[in-house]
Amino acid sequence: MGARLSEPVATTADAAPRRGFRYEGIVAFVGLAVAWQAASYFFPDYLFPPIPAIAARFFEIFASLGTTLDALATAGRILAGLAGSFVLGGIIAVLMAKWPAFERYSLPLLNFNQGIPALSWVVIAIIWFKGIEFRIFFIMVMTTLPAFTFQLLDAYRSMSNDLYEMTLSFRPTRYDLLRTLIWPAVLPGILTAWKVNLGNASRVVVVAELVGATGGVGYQLLLQQQLFDMAGAIAWTLVLVIFVLIVQMIITLIESHALKYRAVSERSL
Amino acid sequence: MKEDAPEIVFERVGKSFPRNDGAGGSFEAVRDLSFTVRRGELLAILGRTGCGKSTTFNLIAGLLRPSSGAVRVKGHDPFAEFDWFRGRIGIVFQNDRLMPWRTAFENVELGLELNKVDKMKRAEVVQSWLERLGLAGHEHDFPHALSGGMRQRVSIARAFATRPEILLCDEPFSALDEHTGNTLRDEFRALLAETGATAIFITHSIEEALALGGRLMVFERPARIAYETRLHAAMTERDRDEVRANIRRSLAA
Repeated sequence: MGARLSEPVATTADAAPRRGFRYEGIVAFVGLAVAWQAASYFFPDYLFPPIPAIAARFFEIFASLGTTLDALATAGRILAGLAGSFVLGGIIAVLMAKWPAFERYSLPLLNFNQGIPALSWVVIAIIWFKGIEFRIFFIMVMTTLPAFTFQLLDAYRSMSNDLYEMTLSFRPTRYDLLRTLIWPAVLPGILTAWKVNLGNASRVVVVAELVGATGGVGYQLLLQQQLFDMAGAIAWTLVLVIFVLIVQMIITLIESHALKYRAVSERSL
Repeated sequence: MKEDAPEIVFERVGKSFPRNDGAGGSFEAVRDLSFTVRRGELLAILGRTGCGKSTTFNLIAGLLRPSSGAVRVKGHDPFAEFDWFRGRIGIVFQNDRLMPWRTAFENVELGLELNKVDKMKRAEVVQSWLERLGLAGHEHDFPHALSGGMRQRVSIARAFATRPEILLCDEPFSALDEHTGNTLRDEFRALLAETGATAIFITHSIEEALALGGRLMVFERPARIAYETRLHAAMTERDRDEVRANIRRSLAA
């Protein structure tokens, strides 16, 4: 005993070559900026403001406490809405997985909810609730809930039955089953759900703030529209985009750490 | 329990599954099956695909409830008293069933962790099993980085690490090449002899069943005993040929 029967078939994910620095993205954005700057020479500022003017407006946002707080308020609303939707969607997904009867009743309602536009939820929230923050939270939760629920339910259902039986053979407690099998099995689905819903939430929060808030990126965008200030509108849009990119980067970092066990095919690189 | 008391008892066990073809009715996987397995015995169950071997296996493992009759393992009902068997039953499955997010070390550690074995003791036990099965140096490898034979050895180590009193094996070497399968089978027999565990070994290979030794049962569909014999070291090649022929006849029936 002890003799090696066969050699490993692949390198571990850690040892596998990783993606190097990708310059294509930067080239694409530089190209877009050059095209925009060129357009600014031929069109008036209210249509195509020059890049330096947009950059100045962008830095102005973070130079003032009031506008910085507006940016942070939107970021907080997105994260709070997503967290609420994740918790509620998770509970609904667990109930649907556990009781088929619950799924039969809740599925049509979730499908119905998916057809309701974000703007309708804005109107409903304004009529139903008084507090601005709760209105926005409600809108965020209602618009992202179906996607979270379906993605979490799908992640749970795609868990390997073979692994489930194997783990059961050791007679785990409920908590141990959750800790050793269910949580690691559904984690990739959870991270994907956050990435997908982050994009949705950033679009919805602007609509919610546009109509129902007195601060935040959506409110500021409305203000720029009234002032006919394109540089301001683009600067505030960039604030939101950069926030989404930062959160996505954080999720990707968590993903690369938590899912490092996944095989990396050299050909796919 | 006395030394020679039956460890596993099947009393007129039947198991049916509802058909999913919309026509109703049920499919009978096991019919009126009775047998016993003594402590420390190795029982190989042979049968054609779909004859109910795996259903029998799952009934012993407590993963299925019998439709009729009774299954007793160490005097307990493995389905109703599921938690009582914590740490007492080990299973080696047909495919390795390793958790992809756990390293080889962590996969072997799983059963001990679920049995609440102290972390220091766990590390010691896991390391010794990995070394015994030729996996030293691969402790931190994830399953995708291991070959099929290595993965299966990790799953054997995982089952043996808890030192179960009963070991259930469902065609554990069928997906491996002949050389790897033979080597692992020899290791498996040596481990069984050393631990003294009672083992049920399901296979569809006559040669594998003969190589394992011990007791041998052939199932016909739905799971019933069509042929049974006990292999022993003193058997001549002619005796083995006769057993081989009897098995073939039973499988063909």
